[in-house]
Amino acid sequence: MSAETVEHVETTGSPDKTEAQIVESIVVRFAGDSGDGMQLTGANFTDDTALYGNDLSTFPDFPAEIRAPAGSTFGVSAFQIYFGSEDITTSGDAVDVLVAMNPAALITNLNEVVPGGLIIADSGAFNEKNLNKANYKSNPLEDGSLDAYRVLEVDISSQVIAAVEEFDLGHKNALRCKNMWTLGLVLWLFERDKQGTVENLQKKFASKPDIANANIAALNAGHAFGETAELPSGIEVYKVPRAKVEPGVYRDINGTTGLAWGLIAGGQLANLDILFASYPITPASSLLHTLAAKKEFDVTTFQAEDEIAAVCAAVGASFAGSLGITSSAGPGIALKKEAISLAVSAELPLVVINTQRGGPSTGLPTKTEQSDLLQAVYGRHGDTPLPVIATSSPSDCFEAAIEAVRLATKYMTPVMLLSDGYIANASEPWLIPDFKEFSPFPVEFRTDPEGFNPSLRDPQTLARVWAKPGTAGLEHRIGGIEKSFETGNISYDPDNHQRMTDTRREKIEGISKDIPLQEVNLGITSGKMAVVGWGSTFGAIHQAVKTCRLENLDVSHIHIRHIWPFPRNLEELLSGFDKVMVPEMNTGQLVKMLRSEFLIDAHGLNKVSGQPFKIGEIANAIKAELANNS
Amino acid sequence: MNQAVDNKLTTSDFSSDQEVRWCPGCGDYAILKAIQKLMPELDRPKESQVFISGIGCSSRFPYYMDTFGFHTIHGRAPAVATGVKLANPDLDVWVITGDGDALSIGGNHTMHALRRNVDLNILLFNNEIYGLTKGQYSPTSKVGTRSPSTPEGSVDRPLSPCAIALGSGAPFVARSIDTEMKHLSEVVKQAHAHNGASFVEILQNCPIYNDGIFEQVKDKKVAPDFRVEAEHGQPLLFGKEKNKGIRLNRDTLSLEVVELGANAQLEDVLVHDQTNLILAQLLAAMQGPEFPIAVGILYHKPVTAYVTDLATQRLQLREKRGGGDLSSLLHSGHTWEVK
Repeated sequence: MSAETVEHVETTGSPDKTEAQIVESIVVRFAGDSGDGMQLTGANFTDDTALYGNDLSTFPDFPAEIRAPAGSTFGVSAFQIYFGSEDITTSGDAVDVLVAMNPAALITNLNEVVPGGLIIADSGAFNEKNLNKANYKSNPLEDGSLDAYRVLEVDISSQVIAAVEEFDLGHKNALRCKNMWTLGLVLWLFERDKQGTVENLQKKFASKPDIANANIAALNAGHAFGETAELPSGIEVYKVPRAKVEPGVYRDINGTTGLAWGLIAGGQLANLDILFASYPITPASSLLHTLAAKKEFDVTTFQAEDEIAAVCAAVGASFAGSLGITSSAGPGIALKKEAISLAVSAELPLVVINTQRGGPSTGLPTKTEQSDLLQAVYGRHGDTPLPVIATSSPSDCFEAAIEAVRLATKYMTPVMLLSDGYIANASEPWLIPDFKEFSPFPVEFRTDPEGFNPSLRDPQTLARVWAKPGTAGLEHRIGGIEKSFETGNISYDPDNHQRMTDTRREKIEGISKDIPLQEVNLGITSGKMAVVGWGSTFGAIHQAVKTCRLENLDVSHIHIRHIWPFPRNLEELLSGFDKVMVPEMNTGQLVKMLRSEFLIDAHGLNKVSGQPFKIGEIANAIKAELANNS
Repeated sequence: MNQAVDNKLTTSDFSSDQEVRWCPGCGDYAILKAIQKLMPELDRPKESQVFISGIGCSSRFPYYMDTFGFHTIHGRAPAVATGVKLANPDLDVWVITGDGDALSIGGNHTMHALRRNVDLNILLFNNEIYGLTKGQYSPTSKVGTRSPSTPEGSVDRPLSPCAIALGSGAPFVARSIDTEMKHLSEVVKQAHAHNGASFVEILQNCPIYNDGIFEQVKDKKVAPDFRVEAEHGQPLLFGKEKNKGIRLNRDTLSLEVVELGANAQLEDVLVHDQTNLILAQLLAAMQGPEFPIAVGILYHKPVTAYVTDLATQRLQLREKRGGGDLSSLLHSGHTWEVK
């Protein structure tokens, strides 16, 4: 643990040769070849920016190909960070500063850069071979096609080779320090301290001090270049004032880590061991990796032979008295459905995490989408109700995971927890909670044989009794065949099936009494327009509504975590608005549910490009919709 | 882990109050009886016994055992059972399955439970037919099996359950017969004693859809000529007079049947070595009418069970890292304080 203190005082290291331009927020994107180390560059810049005291949000965008050919457009890997002095909840709309390590990185990202934006390009990589690979007929750095932007072209490759010469790395390895040189320059550009990165490099290459020192030399050289070189006019240091954030200890968190730690926390609060059973699939695998590395906790991870085996092992673990958890993306969840229905029928706890990606079928495995909502709520055989909850940001994942564990164990039911590719990979600062302040919800296993049968229920929650194998006198059988309400034995009785179906439904509907009332996230509880969202659209909707409210538009933001059952006041709340707009990264799924459940005239705002909503897209839709009526 | 049981249990302690609903004459009755009778002999607490099944006639089995039981979904019992064993390694976990359940829809799970060597006792009731869905041919049905889905007879070739188990790396593979209570009981007892995955194929008669399919190996009068008992360290002899044997033809690397005194001596006959995988594979593949069916423990080679290895790994890691503390985890790595 290394906690550092950020004092909110003026820095003194500001170069005085240029007048700093003050901006409230800014979007920087690092783009290069998969092998250029852009993700590492971005991660270090993020650390240094958090340390500086800006609020921020990041999003890595990497290619589906594991090792794409160097210089190809489909091998471009990018990392975007949005930071500023106000609350930041998305990774940003348009790019203000683009770092392009080669022509392919430039051509694939240029359309995101705002007019007048800054482009930092490694002119050394703009050779004929790379230009051809990116399909440039002429060199954009020379042909005037970038006149609408400010361009800082530096032969980074030569600069780096000179900077690390003394380490004798050889040409190829020397060039691998290019990213750190570039990071040095960008850190200078935003007045960030490079000490954090220096420490990270020392730690990362602890066993290879030469490599660490070469990277640090490159970093310093890039920084010094900014300080000393005669830069073209119009290129100066940016000053992004610090954000006012709640006091406390912070860390950076991405959605995957948030979920993993939340599941561990949930297991501790429930006083249960966890079996996390999963099968590799993009973008959900990282959750398996994160938990597999945490064997010091009471978590066992199991990489099953397929998606079905993964969920079945989780169901088996729950039968045996652990908490079974399984995780996948859309296609894998589809394979798990039969076993999820078994857990509904057998009334065993189970947490199913869906890190959604672009569909259908293999679709866009590395891109984000929200198109599995209806699959989560309705996509099973039989009348098979189960609770569905959705996490809305990386920093929300910890608590969402705990809530999933709470509901699964308290109600003896599978719970579907929805995340997506954006949340899984995006990161933001997280005010670390005090775990001691979370209320435990320990599971009570049945131990008394007197009057026991496996169909006993809690009269309040309707949860079935949990009696684990190994407990003397509680030997019993459960299964997927319909069971007698009274005895738990197999029953084909028509009235009993009606009763059991009703009971399963009532049990899940009753959860609405056990979840928080729906709050208005921004704005007021009635008015002209509510923008209703779920999941990772939170940030974009929040900023869009905030912008519109600053322009005195009557619009509020309502973000739903509990998708099924809905909070019990949701219908009443929504009926207080003239218009309800539902932005979703699908063709209209929550909107369909709201319309069918509440008979309200909700409208969708839909996007399925594999990219998150931009703030502007939602703000424009709000304005158009409100103008429509006035 | 094997605690002795204080009060001696009896067969009736293991029969549940549920009415058994297999067809009259079904081989499953005999297997149920044998297992219920065996249970007290295992000297394990009743509550530590867990029976997991998939779907099919055999998968009703857990309902009739007064132990813990879970009747799951088609083909997935080995996966569910793996989860049970991972959650509580102290339990004795049994998988009751059939030829369709384990080798068709659930082939993948059977293969991987065996490969991983999860400490499960898998009993596969092989009746070479789908009974519960009314008589379609199964992956073990002989070529030419007429069924509702193959009215002109099946044309696809069957697989051998024991060969699949051996090919998947199972460390314990045996074959027995539904009505041979003593033999079945002894084989299953050995399977239970084995620490790791054990696989027992039980030839089981379906009187409704595939009646008499194993008659030759079951009928006391003719069976000695149609089955050979594999006993570790004993010559592979069979026939009423024990005058026939199995010999390895070294030129063709295949087995052949010989007759003592006619074309071979006793020393020509193979001696069964249950630790020899190649021999086990040859024995598992033997089929009538040229060969007798091999029964008994075809292969047994102790290796550490999956769950044991996992536990060792975890223990070593905890010795190094200590137990996990969540608050420390939340504060691990790079953090910063805002005042």
